[in-house]
Amino acid sequence: MSVLATVAQEVAQAATTDKATGQAIAGAQGAGLAYGLAAIGPGIGIGYLVGQSVQAMARQPEAAGMVRTTMFLGIAFTEALALIGFVVFILLKFV
Amino acid sequence: MIFGLEFPPIQNIVEWPNIFGPADSWYGFNKIALINIVALAVTSILFILGMKRQLVPKGAQNLVESTVAFIDDGIIKQTIGEGGLGYLPFLTSLFFFILICNLFEIIPFFHMPANARMAGPAVLALITWGYFIVVGIKHQGPGHYFKGALFPPGVPKALYILVTPIELISTFIVRPFSLAVRLFANMLAGHILLVTFSVLCATLWVLSALVVVLPFSFFMLVALTGFELLVAFLQAYIFTILAAVYIGGALHPEH
Repeated sequence: MSVLATVAQEVAQAATTDKATGQAIAGAQGAGLAYGLAAIGPGIGIGYLVGQSVQAMARQPEAAGMVRTTMFLGIAFTEALALIGFVVFILLKFV
Repeated sequence: MIFGLEFPPIQNIVEWPNIFGPADSWYGFNKIALINIVALAVTSILFILGMKRQLVPKGAQNLVESTVAFIDDGIIKQTIGEGGLGYLPFLTSLFFFILICNLFEIIPFFHMPANARMAGPAVLALITWGYFIVVGIKHQGPGHYFKGALFPPGVPKALYILVTPIELISTFIVRPFSLAVRLFANMLAGHILLVTFSVLCATLWVLSALVVVLPFSFFMLVALTGFELLVAFLQAYIFTILAAVYIGGALHPEH
């Protein structure tokens, strides 16, 4: 019994001293998860957007300039979500 | 720490000590400020060189004229329309300033994009925000501009409870925020990417067994440097085109 008590005490002590490390690990895990999840939607979105733009340019090459400008605009708006995810990653990981 | 690879803390890769003066002083001048001053000087010099009006352009005049033609054809004609030539100086200086600040990401001995600190993009986004609001007020009058922006026509009356707060947030709060965050996060991500591969190369150099991986890592570093050159151009282009879109939206009210 006394051995078990000693082990429990040591584990509790280790848990209190490693609280900061545990928090850092949780922060790192949360950061990775945040960025990974934030990248899914914009990845699909940008792929679809550029694919459709290429199709439009191939069908109507004379409208390529206009399509390209609109494509970059769409990419900029879609990409913002992934970049906010990246900022959350930085905040969770380093701050 | 993985296999002896120790990534430096984020303070060490984005915060720079003052070149002169004590730390925390109001007149402190560090690398970011130096890059901003250089970008300002180069932009001004390009404007002065572009004022030469030779019929057959040479050298710097050629560069300036082709950039101005690019901004005129690729950005203003596509977004604002024919009447937008008056905004060319603002958009050109915005483009050059952001481009030169970004290019310092891959210039040797600097290797730091000035826009990877939030202050620079935030100021540029606030200037753009103030500029498009002033353009809207000047061209439509304050009442008409804010009425058109907050109460878009063609919406049923009852829906304004929902639409007006959304328009207020998306036009006047999210626009400058997303402009600044887009530029900042892109440049910071590129900087961290380059730092990661540089640290990897330096670590593999001293590890005896893993040195066979070093060529691949070095190849990635070189390839990513080329990729960051592309990103520097693209982000300057996207910031300018979004500024032009916002100005165009303030200039032509929706019907």
